[in-house]
Amino acid sequence: MSHWQTICEVDALQANSGVCALVEGQQVAVFYMPKSQSVFALHNYDPFAKANVLSRGIIGDIKGEPIVASPVYKQHFNLKTGCCLEDETVKIPAYSVRIDQSHVQINLDYD
Amino acid sequence: MNTSKKTLVVIGNGMVGHHFLTSLVNSPIKETYHIVTFCEEPRAAYDRVHLSAFFSGQTADDLSLVEPGFFEQHGITLHIGDKAAQINREEQTVLSDKGVLIHYDTLVLATGSFPFVPPVPGHDRPECLVYRTIEDLEAIATVAQKSKVGVVVGGGLLGLEAAKALHDLGLKTHVVEFAPRLMAVQLDEAGGALLRHKIEHLGVTVHTGKNTQLITDGEHCFNKMCFADGEELETDLILFSAGIRPRDDIARACGLEVGPRGGIVIDNQCKTSDANIYAIGECALWNGMIYGLVAPGYAMARTVVADLASQPASFTGADMSTKLKLMGVDVASIGDAHAKSQGALTYTYQNGDLEIYKRIVVSADKKHLLGAVLVGDASGYSTLLQYCLNGIELPEHPDTLILPSRSDESGGLGPDALPLSAQICSCYDVSKGDICQAIEAGCSTVGDLKACTKAGSGCGGCAALVKSVLNSELTKQGITVNTDLCEHFAYTRQDLFTLIKVEKITTFDDLIEKHGHGLGCDICKPTVASILASNWNDFVLKPELAPLQDSNDAFLANIQKDGTYSVVPRIAGGEISPDMLITLGQVGKKYQLYTKITGGQRVDLFGARVEQLPLIWKDLIDAGFESGHAYGKSLRTVKSCVGSNWCRYGVDDSVGLAIELENRYKGLRSPHKIKFAVSGCTRECAEAQGKDVGIIATEHGWSLYVCGNGGMKPRHADLFATHLDKETLIEYIDRFLSFYIRTADRLQRTSVWMENMEGGLDYLKSVIIEDNLGLCEQLEAQMQHVVDTYQCEWKTTIEDESKLKRFKHFINSDQADDNIVFIEERGQLRPAETKDQKHFKLVEVA
Ligand code: SRM
Ligand SMILES: Cc1cc2nc3c(=O)[nH]c(=O)nc-3n(C[C@H](O)[C@H](O)[C@H](O)COP(=O)(O)OP(=O)(O)OC[C@H]3O[C@@H](n4cnc5c(N)ncnc54)[C@H](O)[C@@H]3O)c2cc1C
Ligand code: SF4
Ligand code: FES
Repeated sequence: MSHWQTICEVDALQANSGVCALVEGQQVAVFYMPKSQSVFALHNYDPFAKANVLSRGIIGDIKGEPIVASPVYKQHFNLKTGCCLEDETVKIPAYSVRIDQSHVQINLDYD
Repeated sequence: MNTSKKTLVVIGNGMVGHHFLTSLVNSPIKETYHIVTFCEEPRAAYDRVHLSAFFSGQTADDLSLVEPGFFEQHGITLHIGDKAAQINREEQTVLSDKGVLIHYDTLVLATGSFPFVPPVPGHDRPECLVYRTIEDLEAIATVAQKSKVGVVVGGGLLGLEAAKALHDLGLKTHVVEFAPRLMAVQLDEAGGALLRHKIEHLGVTVHTGKNTQLITDGEHCFNKMCFADGEELETDLILFSAGIRPRDDIARACGLEVGPRGGIVIDNQCKTSDANIYAIGECALWNGMIYGLVAPGYAMARTVVADLASQPASFTGADMSTKLKLMGVDVASIGDAHAKSQGALTYTYQNGDLEIYKRIVVSADKKHLLGAVLVGDASGYSTLLQYCLNGIELPEHPDTLILPSRSDESGGLGPDALPLSAQICSCYDVSKGDICQAIEAGCSTVGDLKACTKAGSGCGGCAALVKSVLNSELTKQGITVNTDLCEHFAYTRQDLFTLIKVEKITTFDDLIEKHGHGLGCDICKPTVASILASNWNDFVLKPELAPLQDSNDAFLANIQKDGTYSVVPRIAGGEISPDMLITLGQVGKKYQLYTKITGGQRVDLFGARVEQLPLIWKDLIDAGFESGHAYGKSLRTVKSCVGSNWCRYGVDDSVGLAIELENRYKGLRSPHKIKFAVSGCTRECAEAQGKDVGIIATEHGWSLYVCGNGGMKPRHADLFATHLDKETLIEYIDRFLSFYIRTADRLQRTSVWMENMEGGLDYLKSVIIEDNLGLCEQLEAQMQHVVDTYQCEWKTTIEDESKLKRFKHFINSDQADDNIVFIEERGQLRPAETKDQKHFKLVEVA
């Protein structure tokens, strides 16, 4: 079952970087690339630093895949899958997120 | 003491004696010996080759060749300031001036030489001096202070170096040479004449063919020199540099064989006529030759170590080729410079316009290079030396080696043409094979190679060759030294700097569209952000710049392990009023911040949540504080000592200068962080010699040191310039920093930058001081722009509502991050660790 909820308006996002939203008690990092109009969402918790900081990382791409680099120890996480590039045993929750009109909507039911 | 050990005594702890000790302790046979050394001078071995640096501000400590703790660590007994007076070969004992009596099993004589002073009447007058030890230089400095004119007797290598020293000390300087030309040993007539011309041009008067017969009272000066031809010369100071004589007296007295004109006779194993006694260095006479250079002495030292270890080793003579810069003039001499070999042919190139003279001496069959003389341009030295030393066959027309290449074809000998056995560094006997081995073992920079093989760390003459061997080997191993910044840009940081500057690019998007591909990453974005800031100095949190900033710059604070931040206000020069200190305390208290004095003379406030940063900064700015840029790859602190305002030793106002410099360069973004310090006198309480830019006050103005750092790989700064007034000092620092910012790699501190620079410190001086790239004006303008456009980034931020948006933990809630938990320790808060949760009461922070 999928359930989309609006978390904010597009203009609350930061172009080419991330913000953190509180959704049903979860910290969700939402990243926004205006040029391609893409949005990505991962859990905000960096398992290496054990801190809620991923929304503050630099985003970009590595070998064509969109990534965020943790601001603390700089591990890279795939923005689509949450997989860590440096350690394949580590994967953080990635969520479906979309822009509907000007609403940013998220679906927490990831599998 | 282990009595089964034999005793090895070394007489003389000079350059060669010490090289012997360092080679010995690296050899397994060191275990078999108890080692004792007598050192006549009041200090252990120092770098005599660079003795003149003493006049440009280097201290005895800077010149020391002894690694800290060397003697203790290796259990070597050092009798400092104690001269060995007598050797008893029957009893095998040495007796010292201070009465130490030691039995030896093996004895090594490394007593060096003394400057020869011709016995002309008056040679012992008080202003007659020599140039060999630190004490000699101190004496020269003292006499020079009351002198106007100085004469150096002797126009050889050392004499000319001494003349430069006198000239630099401000004396009207003359060189008096007995032979008809300068550097008679190394140069031919035409070479000598050109050198003379150039040196006179610099203001030193040269008198050749002069035989001094008497030194007596002068009329205008302290002394007058009278020559055989009836001429006279008035002078205050007289410096004898008329050759050296081996110190063989102690050997002579115990009956060892010495040469007819002095020198302790040694064989190919450096053994004297007594099988238990070796002699090495300038005191030794091998095959009728005394070698007055370090490299042959070092080779002798290594031969003795090998011989003691029963390894086959021989000293079979040494190359006396030399290359040096005398008063700014390049001079080099290789092998048989005078074409004395049978049937030798010579080729000469003389350029009267550029004042260059080059001559090569070639074997009769034109196949081999026997010798060369270069004056005015010694750039071909390495290549010629390799042809000569390694018997490499000459090209069909040998003169192409000295003719200027008007086309692209260069007469140079690529490193590939050298055999593996070719000696690259003669100071440390490092062959091309040794270098290749080190490269295979992982060395990939000149710095690595220096550390690993020592090549290039002696006289420095081989640096360019070491670099070219390195490059060619890396290329051969298929290690294309990939210098691309990252997958998004096929450029180096330096390339990007130029592109951005020349094309006036101001955004990352623009740059990546024109010169890169993809979206960018956490390597290229901060790098470009830094270059943009260095060039244009725009506010770093402008919407198009903010996403590029590294973790700390992105929030103008240093991120901590739990996702909170630290706050470091600027305290320029470390000077702070009681009121400002109280404010810091109040702010710390109000926001319950952990408060600590940093290693950089200021105060750090830890544990601020992202949403608290603007509130804290509002309080600080209201009280008059500014951002301290602790978060940036930028100027950090200019540390100061208390200086002349208070300190009884202070020579100048170090605090005042530190504050002025910190305020000038604050906010400057650079490839890595930059730290300064200013000390008020040579006691150096501000540790300026451990900084990227260090300044020390002296009686004659400021001394500038550059390229030092602490941290992971500490490096002492190098003395860059002395006697500076404040304006010149700032001019040099402007240029230095701008040049660093333009040409360094990402995250390369000034030390590594300089060490990897071809030509190193000398090159840097030529760019910054002599402006030989013609860049200085641009470099100063680049800096002035940054100085003129400074803004306190925190002030700009809190004054603009829209900038504050990013300082929130949640975009859709005012709650705080519940993962941040503190506990109390020693009366302050710190982040709680998982293990703490059982033992301490967690503190809820409102
Ligand atoms: C706060 C402070 C320690 C302290 O409590 O005293 C400190 C703290 C940090 N230092 Fe430092 N360094 C501090 C003085 C120093 C010093 C001493 C000095 O400046 O005299 C050094 C050695 C001197 C030098 O740099 O030459 C020093 C050498 C380093 C290095 C190693 C640099 C190197 O070239 O090897 C790093 C790592 C780096 O920069 O890559 C580093 C990095 C760091 C970082 C930024 C690590 C990080 O990324 O989190 C620390 C965070 C600072 C913060 O949260 O505020 N820190 N650090 C000092 C701040 C001084 C200031 O007022 O700004
Ligand atoms: C200004 C200057 C510039 C130079 N430039 C260069 C250069 O560019 N390149 C180059 O290759 N060479 C150069 N040299 C030469 C180089 O310094 C010497 O070749 C080298 O120092 C020789 O080393 P050594 O150990 O044989 O002698 P020294 O370094 O002189 O050491 C001998 C030591 O033994 C001590 N000693 C003597 N007798 C006794 C005793 N009985 N008991 C205890 N101690 C004793 C002496 O006091 C001295 O400290 C230069 C020399 C000078 C002075
Ligand atoms: S460096 Fe000199 S002036 Fe400065 S505090 Fe130390 S002793 Fe005083
Ligand atoms: S030849 Fe002197 S350092 Fe290499």
